[in-house]
Amino acid sequence: MALTGLFLITFLIVHLSGNLQLLADDGGKSFNIYAKFMTTNPFIKTTSYLLYTTFIVHIIWAIMLSVKNRSSRPVGYAVNPGNVSSSWSSRNMGILGTVILIFLVIHMKNFWYEMHWGGIPTATYEGEVYNDLYSVVDFAFGNILYVLLYTVSMLALMFHLYHGFKSAFQTLGLNHPKYTPMIKTVGYAIAIIIPALFACIPIIMYLK
Amino acid sequence: MKIKLKVWRQKNAQDKGGFKTYDLDDVSEDMSFLEMFDVLNEDLVKKNEDPVHFDHDCREGICGMCSLYINGRPHGPKQTTTCQLHMRSFKDGDTITVEPWRAKAFPVVKDLVVNRTSFDKIIQSGGYVSVNTGGVPDANEIPIPKKIADEAFDSATCIGCGACVAACKNASAMLFVSAKVSQLAMLPQGQVERKTRAENMVATMDEEGFGACTNTGACSAECPKGISLENIARLNREFLSAKASSDNV
Amino acid sequence: MKLDSKIPEGPLAEKWSKHKFNVKLVNPANKRKYDIIVVGTGLAGASAAASFGELGYNVKAFCFQDSPRRAHSIAAQGGINAAKNYQNDGDSVFRLFYDTVKGGDYRSREGNVHRLAEVSVNIIDQCVAQGVPFAREYGGLLANRSFGGAQVSRTFYARGQTGQQLLLGAYSALSRQVANGKVKLHAREEMLDLVMVDGNARGIVTRNLITGKIESHSAHAVVLATGGYGNVFYLSTNAMGSNVTAAWRAHKKGAFMANPCFTQIHPTCIPVSGDHQSKLTLMSESLRNDGRVWVPKTKEDAEKIRKGQLKPTDLSEDQRDYYLERKYPSFGNLVPRDVASRNAKEACDDGRGVNSTGLAVYLDFADAIKRDGEDLISAKYGNLFDMYQQITGENPYKTPMKIYPAVHYTMGGLWVDYNLMTTIPGCYAIGEANFSDHGANRLGASALMQGLADGYFVLPYTIGNYLASVPYDKIPTDHEAFKKAEADVKERIDKLLSINGSKTVDEFHKDLGHIMWEYCGMSRNEAGLKKAKAEIKKLKEDYWSNVKVIGSNEELNMSLEKANRVADFIELGELMIDDALNRSESCGGHFREESQTEEGEAKRKDDEFSYVAAWEYNGEGKEETLNKEDLVFENVKLTQRSYK
Repeated sequence: MALTGLFLITFLIVHLSGNLQLLADDGGKSFNIYAKFMTTNPFIKTTSYLLYTTFIVHIIWAIMLSVKNRSSRPVGYAVNPGNVSSSWSSRNMGILGTVILIFLVIHMKNFWYEMHWGGIPTATYEGEVYNDLYSVVDFAFGNILYVLLYTVSMLALMFHLYHGFKSAFQTLGLNHPKYTPMIKTVGYAIAIIIPALFACIPIIMYLK
Repeated sequence: MKIKLKVWRQKNAQDKGGFKTYDLDDVSEDMSFLEMFDVLNEDLVKKNEDPVHFDHDCREGICGMCSLYINGRPHGPKQTTTCQLHMRSFKDGDTITVEPWRAKAFPVVKDLVVNRTSFDKIIQSGGYVSVNTGGVPDANEIPIPKKIADEAFDSATCIGCGACVAACKNASAMLFVSAKVSQLAMLPQGQVERKTRAENMVATMDEEGFGACTNTGACSAECPKGISLENIARLNREFLSAKASSDNV
Repeated sequence: MKLDSKIPEGPLAEKWSKHKFNVKLVNPANKRKYDIIVVGTGLAGASAAASFGELGYNVKAFCFQDSPRRAHSIAAQGGINAAKNYQNDGDSVFRLFYDTVKGGDYRSREGNVHRLAEVSVNIIDQCVAQGVPFAREYGGLLANRSFGGAQVSRTFYARGQTGQQLLLGAYSALSRQVANGKVKLHAREEMLDLVMVDGNARGIVTRNLITGKIESHSAHAVVLATGGYGNVFYLSTNAMGSNVTAAWRAHKKGAFMANPCFTQIHPTCIPVSGDHQSKLTLMSESLRNDGRVWVPKTKEDAEKIRKGQLKPTDLSEDQRDYYLERKYPSFGNLVPRDVASRNAKEACDDGRGVNSTGLAVYLDFADAIKRDGEDLISAKYGNLFDMYQQITGENPYKTPMKIYPAVHYTMGGLWVDYNLMTTIPGCYAIGEANFSDHGANRLGASALMQGLADGYFVLPYTIGNYLASVPYDKIPTDHEAFKKAEADVKERIDKLLSINGSKTVDEFHKDLGHIMWEYCGMSRNEAGLKKAKAEIKKLKEDYWSNVKVIGSNEELNMSLEKANRVADFIELGELMIDDALNRSESCGGHFREESQTEEGEAKRKDDEFSYVAAWEYNGEGKEETLNKEDLVFENVKLTQRSYK
């Protein structure tokens, strides 16, 4: 979980930096150029297969872990402690992950599938034809329900990362009195900044 | 003070069990939690009822035999053992729910008594240094930096009560295993068997049906001896490096 | 019967090496043909079982707890003595030997104690090799402290949890043998009888505490490592489960009980808070290094304090009686355990005790805090202060601690010879269960030493001497001797379950405890002991006609377990009284009011009582026979203690 999780975080960062171009005030030009680059560049294409695999491993591993852990306590407690001894997010990684997975499916259907196989409008910049993914996104973000879904999912991602980042280091055995506090701080920063930036894109676009 | 006790009663391992409520009218706040149960049990015996069975022995917080999941927390609201928990930690009129440790690896024997033999099995699979009696070097032959010795001691203070398993939502025994692995991994005496120890103890932990660690940290937060999460990180490190380099396929 | 202690001839320092050479050996290939039963898995039992397994014997280890690691050795705080002389302060094997014999008030065997001092050094090596994290200096070498008034620093320690660390070391060695298949572990199984065949110990009968099943186990030798019997006083620092049953059943089968009245009462325990009290908690006696013991000078002030009308801090210096400093100007608050305990009792008997019960004295740190500052005191005793506050709810930095003596250790136990064999051939007793090397009083940090010495370094040698002459044949558990013992055990259980009287086992136990504490506690006299004897007789009759035990045998049954144990405690109590009556001298932990100096201090009578009193069971309801093993002192000079 730790290795795949950390890899997925790097993906999030790359993905976010791309998405932020949606906010560039150029009618989607830079975003569409970026989108084309991401779908055609051979290096990116290879990496994307690694990414798909990582997602699948992360998910399958999580399911296996949940099944094992559920079976480790066949009879539960009548009283549960709440947040006294552990954080809410750490106890609900499975649920948070599931929310993110559902979002992912819808998200992939809306954009990734459209980009690859859908009937997508085109735009031409400097004589070259681009898929106009921007307009697809712009259309989707015009739908308040979708914006809400997106925002809620980012909230789930926030909690997921809040525990996931530092937890990954613990699983890998990287715990040190000097560095662990730093890792935690970085983790909290990542957990807040990445989903927040992701979420502000649809919100801003919806309001525009 | 008055206390309402909601206690898990279960005749034996096969019985389904359920909660039973008892009202105690005259509880002194100086009583330990277990002494309150003593008083209840004397009363039950007088009424020809089976006393509530629970594990306990030293009653000074070191043998690790007492358990009890009190109001949703192993060993109750204080970070100590149940035998060292006193009734002044509760308020007059409180309802207290008492359950046994719950884990597949800790089956209920009767009432609040559970079987923790799987902890012994884990230690048997590697929680030792293989030296026979006699024929060992002088105790001062190998100097050990004070810091290392102190850290090893901190890990070694685990009392094997199982609160970590009880607290963990996954019923994982990682804190217990990591405390022993850490102690011996830090000391020079433990180096020879360092890799096999980590591998074997983790394997036994899995076989015994404990869950996997998801780093919630509840174990350490509830540990009456304050065994730290650094031990778990160290176990992960030990295990990964052992797996990466061992001959076992 | 003539007791033969089998102490080897020759100079003191050579006895053990000579003996080791002279004992018969069992061929390595033949060791696997012998089975040994070890009852109890504390320091002595676990270390012995592990060592036997390593040697190649087949071992069955029994404990009543759910795991060997729970044994009460785990609660020892202070440390373990060893004559390593790492501190270059003049310690030696002979000095440790001398201190131990003197500390025991000259009621132990020279030969045994010297051996103990000799092997003490090996124990530390062994434990370090097992990974026991002893305290260390910055240079990486082992740290030592001076403990219990010793003149040298010979105590090794692991913070305040030395017993825990040593036990976990022995438990790990035991676990290794379990994994190797040489030791078979029987947890939650309690020994209820010793089985004899042709006059030799050949097995035990146990009760499985979960299922109630009565089982027989056959072996070539039986080792009892079942600890002390302090719980005869109901309240003690022992664990709740600590009991005398195994030793007592062996006694009834012919093992003599030696010096049963020798009990150690520890002065710094947390006082009783009420009738619900189930056990007493010890605090390290190191507290007396900085704390000052006092009670109010007048009964009136004490009375007001008990009623809560006055606070201890309200009393001025001249309203307080620092009685230890007053009576023992040179030792002051650091007088030995028995003296400190007795004086606390005297103060309370005088009506000047504090706490609502009137059974406590103050241990005051105000001066130490003023002198050294709260930080330093907290660094030294922080964990003890926290423990005190947790249990009592009072803050010892602000108000003086309250302490009272409590039963802590029993020096008496099954009589054993130099080979640690009881008077039953093939039955051994080790650790606190035997009458041991501590004489009439045990020095601090010596219990752990003795337990591990017996288990690691003495019995593994001496048991071979016996086994070498025992035929290999195993006795099947359907042998009539086993069947008879099983039937006896079942009959007794049935009896207990059938009485269905009106008084609970705990009530009887408390009554017994009151009698023992009152008349056979810190100070004893003839009239009181005789009275106690009559009361215990009555209690015993009442017990067997009026005890209430709930449930059946075929289940986990706490009340039945206790009933079995308390029945034996009552009988033991009677014998302790006999022993205390017989020994009309004061020595060590045994203070007979008839035998004191003009200043009111303990007075030994070496001409009359320089012997081990070994009691022989003669059957139900009969007086036991006293057998004497004379103690010969060739290497130490007998002196009276003085702390003035």
